[in-house]
This record gives sequence, C-alpha cells and structure tokens, in this order.
Amino acid sequence: MISMSIVKRKPLPGWVILVIPVAAVFVTLLITAIPILFAGGNVFKAYGSLFYGALGSKFNLLETFVKASPLILTGLAVAFAFRAKFWNIGAEGQLFAGAIAATWVGIYFTWLPSFLVLPVMIIFGFFAGGLWATIPAFLKTKLKVDDVVTTLLLNYVIFHIMGALLFGPMQMPGSSWPRSASIMDAAFYPMLIARSRFHFGIIVSFVAILVIWFINSKTVFGYQSRGVGINLEAAKFGGINTGMVILKTAIISGGLAGLAGVGEVAAIHHHLMMDVSTGYGYTGIVIAMLGNLHPIGVALAAFFFSVISVGAQTMGRVAGIPTYIVGVIEGVALMTMLIFILLTEYKIRWTKS
Amino acid sequence: MMSEIFSVAFITGIIAATLRMSTPIILATLGEIITERSGVLNLGIEGTMLFGAAIGFLTTLSTGSLWLGVLAAALAGIALSLIMAILSVYLGLSQHVSGLGITIFASGLAMFIYRLVVGSPTVPPIIDPFSPIAIPLLSRIPILGGSFFTQYSLTYITWLLIPAVSIFLFKTRAGLRVRTIGQNPFAADTVGVNVNLTRTLCLAAGGAFFGVAGAFLTLAHQNMFLIDVIGGRGWIAIAMTIFGNWNPVMGAVGGLIFGFLDALQLRLQTLGVDLPFHIFLMIPYLITIFALISVSRKASVPAGLLKPYRREDKGG
Repeated sequence: MISMSIVKRKPLPGWVILVIPVAAVFVTLLITAIPILFAGGNVFKAYGSLFYGALGSKFNLLETFVKASPLILTGLAVAFAFRAKFWNIGAEGQLFAGAIAATWVGIYFTWLPSFLVLPVMIIFGFFAGGLWATIPAFLKTKLKVDDVVTTLLLNYVIFHIMGALLFGPMQMPGSSWPRSASIMDAAFYPMLIARSRFHFGIIVSFVAILVIWFINSKTVFGYQSRGVGINLEAAKFGGINTGMVILKTAIISGGLAGLAGVGEVAAIHHHLMMDVSTGYGYTGIVIAMLGNLHPIGVALAAFFFSVISVGAQTMGRVAGIPTYIVGVIEGVALMTMLIFILLTEYKIRWTKS
Repeated sequence: MMSEIFSVAFITGIIAATLRMSTPIILATLGEIITERSGVLNLGIEGTMLFGAAIGFLTTLSTGSLWLGVLAAALAGIALSLIMAILSVYLGLSQHVSGLGITIFASGLAMFIYRLVVGSPTVPPIIDPFSPIAIPLLSRIPILGGSFFTQYSLTYITWLLIPAVSIFLFKTRAGLRVRTIGQNPFAADTVGVNVNLTRTLCLAAGGAFFGVAGAFLTLAHQNMFLIDVIGGRGWIAIAMTIFGNWNPVMGAVGGLIFGFLDALQLRLQTLGVDLPFHIFLMIPYLITIFALISVSRKASVPAGLLKPYRREDKGG
C-alpha cells in the first residue's frame, strides 16, 4: 500500500512567491478548459474571446478597470480581516450597508453644499459598512459566537433590510419595483476618461490599496492586527488589547466593502436596487486568498477576476459558453492557489509500506 | 384575523408547512453534525446543496424518475465532499477556505450545467414533483393527520434519520470512532483508527445528506430550479449544528424552529399583515443569530475541529 505524508520543505527562494499566482492561474485555466470542452466550445477560441473581450480594445480595458474597482475593495476588505483571523465572510452585506448609506445621502442630503456631497457620501458609506461589521466582531470577542456563521447570516439580514427599505420608505415614488429614486447629480462619481465609464471610484480603490499597504507594513496597528491573526494568546500575553484590535480591524474591513457599495451606486447605477452587487463580496474572498492577503496581490487578483468576468460576457456571445463559467473559474482558482501555497512550504512524500 | 389564526385549517397548515420547510434544514444539519463530529467543518454545504438541487432536478427532468434524481443528488454531494476531503483532510488546508472554495465552485458549476442542459428558455422547465403521502388511518386524525401524517416521503425519511444518526454516533463502535477522532485524533490513531479515511467517509456521508437536502427543494418543495433556491439554508444548517451542540436531536429541534418561522412568515404574508414582506423573510435569520448567542457560552465544540491531522505534529 502506498501512503502519503506531508513534510516541511526547505524555504524556497523569494522569487517563487511571484511565480506561484501565475502558475496557479495557468493551471486554473487548464482545468476549466474541461467544462468549456463539455459545452462544445473550442478552448482556444473561447479563451481568446475572453481575453479579447476584457483587454482587446481601449474601451474593453477601461471596462475591466470599472469591474475591478469593487473587486479590489471587497478583496482588500476580506484580506484585511483574514490577516487578523477575523473570518469576515460578510463583505457582501457590508457592501449593501455602504450602498444603502450612499443612496440615503445621495437622495436626501440636498441641503449640503454640492462639493461636500461626495465626501459625506464616502464617509457615510465607509462607516455604514464598518458598523455592520462590528456586529459579528462584537459577538466574536464578547460572546464567543462563531464569526463565519454570523457574518454569513447577517448578509441575508441586511439584504432583507434593503428589500424592506426599497419596498418601503426608500422606494421611488410611483414605482412598483424595488428601486430607489435616483441620487442627485452632485452625488455622481465623476467620469475621468471620455466615452468610457472610468470613474472616480477606481481612484478610490487604488488609494485604498496604498492605505492598506501602509497600515499593514508601517503602523503599530497593522502589526498588532497581524499579531492577533498569527497567535491570539501570544498577542494577549504581549499586552495587546485583542478585542479592540479585532473591532478596529472589522471597521476597516467592513468600511472597505462599504466603499464598494458606494461606488456601485455613485458611479454605475445612480440608484439603489436589489442586485446592486453581483456577488462582489463573495468573489472578494477568492481574491483575498489568490492575492495571498497582500494588498498588491489583491489588486492583481482583482484585476484577473475582472478580466474573467468582463471577458466571460464576450466568451458567452462568441463561443456560446454560459457566463456562469465565471463561478467555476473562481472556485477552481481558489482551490488551486491553496494547493500551490501549500506546496511552497511543504512537499508531498509517497511511501510504500 | 385572530379567528383565522386559531382555525383548525390554519393550525394544520402551519404544522404541515413547518415540517416541510424544516426537512432540508434538518437533513443538512444531520450531515454537518456527522462531518463536524469527525473534526471537519464543511463550509461547502451551501454550494453542495445547490449542486444537489441542480443535478437532482436535471436527472429527474431527463429520466422522469424522482428517485433517480434523489440518488443523483446524493452522488453529486459525495463527489464534492471527496474534493473537500482531498483539500482539507489529506492536504490539511484551511477548512474554512477549502469549504468556501467548494461552495463557490459548486454554485458556479451547478448554474453552468443547468444552463448548458436547458439553455435559456423563456419559461423555466418544470418537473412533476413528489406529492405528499397520506399514511393510512393516521392521516385521518384531526390536525395531526393533515400535518404530521401527510408529508413527502423524503420528510418521513428525514425523521427516521434523526434517531438513526443519533444511534450511530452515540451507540455504535463506528460512531465512537468518529467522535474520538473529532476530539483527539492522536489517541484514535494510536488505537489503530485510520483518521483520514474515517474523516473522508464522514465527509462523504455528509455530502450525500447535503445533496439530497438540496434536491428536496427542487423535487418536492418546488418543481423547478432557481439559482437562489437554497437561499442560505446551508449556512442555517451550520448555525443549527452549533445551536444543537453537535447533537442530532437538538439540531433537528433547531431545524424545526427555523421551519416554523419560515412557515409563519409565509402565512402572515398571505394573511395580509401590513409590513414589507422582507421584514418577515429576515426574521428566521435574525432568530438564528439570537439562538447562536444563547448557546455560545455552553457550546462544546469537538476539540479536533478545524485541525488537520498530521501524525508528525504529535510532539509539537
């Protein structure tokens, strides 16, 4: 009989960390060629149309940036939380919270001087997401309730709160659909490149990458947050107020997801509706892992998934592959990346016994 | 309205609906309890249920046989659980992330396969679903007959599975082995239990439960496949596992409470209570969170949960 064991390997050279994600992406596309073949597609034509659809023209490329913006924010949100082992699976719900707050400001704060509308909207959206994330953080630290389950369940709670608002006080007068009135013009994210949807929110997400990188690597809080993630007991013993660190981590994490919600309202839809997110919060989990929880990695992973999701539309039209292939690719990418990360630290040994 | 609420028809209806709505939750909770008792948290549950719902539905759609659909759903659940076993048991990867990976992958694959098979018709295809079976004599008892004894066969099977899983876990040698590796895999290994194989078998059993739980929704509760058919029921089952303190009977009680709330919100809506229906839809999730809070202090988590087993780790 052959048995398998997993043993530590000698540390690999530093460049490997750069090669790993690329190799994982390559293997992923190799595996997901199987369902494409099943769908009767020509793999080269399918992937060709996918990459052309996402990168092939100036407009397509800018659309890919548009799609990347919420993914960068939810990816950062999840990565920042996971780094502290706060299992925030609730970025989707925190995104909704941010979108609700942004819409509220965008519709009702007409008394604000117009140059203040966007800053107020961004701040409200950030803290709406952040506050929503403090609920599971509080339950985790004070009452020892599992954060995975609460963050997941709270996604459904806020989704239905949004539904109640959109069928109730926030519903557009005269509409029978669950949608809000349009936000005022001053609450639109400005478009930065003519004849495209390249908007201000993309800049917001780039700034977020830098800010999170700075917090992670240059501040005491970033260090404490990491410490809590590596070893909670040791961090406590070392004098860190771990409950407070987790709470602050949750606010920043939820806030980032909230900003994604602000962006979808302020730049894309200009009103609130039930499908304001197409699962950005869940894709954020995959992005955080594929990016190895590092902000730069997250940015690249978000861009990759944006390519997949924008390109899948073209692939659907040209090669007739159902666009749900995006979810398959996401899942396979996550699992492949996990295995690749494992193989950088361990090797598999087969022994005959 | 009060008189309507206390009418025999209303009470019979709500008990019947409670038992119906709780069936997939209880099935999934039983599956998760078996898995977690062996030391593995399977967050692939939500995706596995959707995959089971899709595969079960498509199998029935093409063969016309409901039971083949159920079988296919169970096999589909097992297949996904084996991937989970490779990742989290044999490779020892994070159970949280592996499970979420399975959910994302399985959800995508379920919808992909569904689209591939049925295309994009304007009206979604439907099947001829399971119909409730009235048990002779018993079904004629007032209230209880129309509720308890007029149910889908899958619901009856689920009730039988509650004591069955209980007896398996607490009264059999195999169950003792499962619980031991969930508490202390090193001790189990010392007395010759194959930890990884046992965990894989528990995952497979759980996966079959998840798959059938999903198929219940597309083959009995409804007669079509919709992409949001699971609607977080997998996560509810994870919550009920904790709420039930990893005990099948208590987990089933949790499932019944959720089923009751689900049934109640539907009834109150149809009675025309003047509140946005989303408020009602939210209640089961909120109550589940409160239920978790209420048990959090006395929860006895299997000590080996979330920890991959590597024999070499023993000393350190």
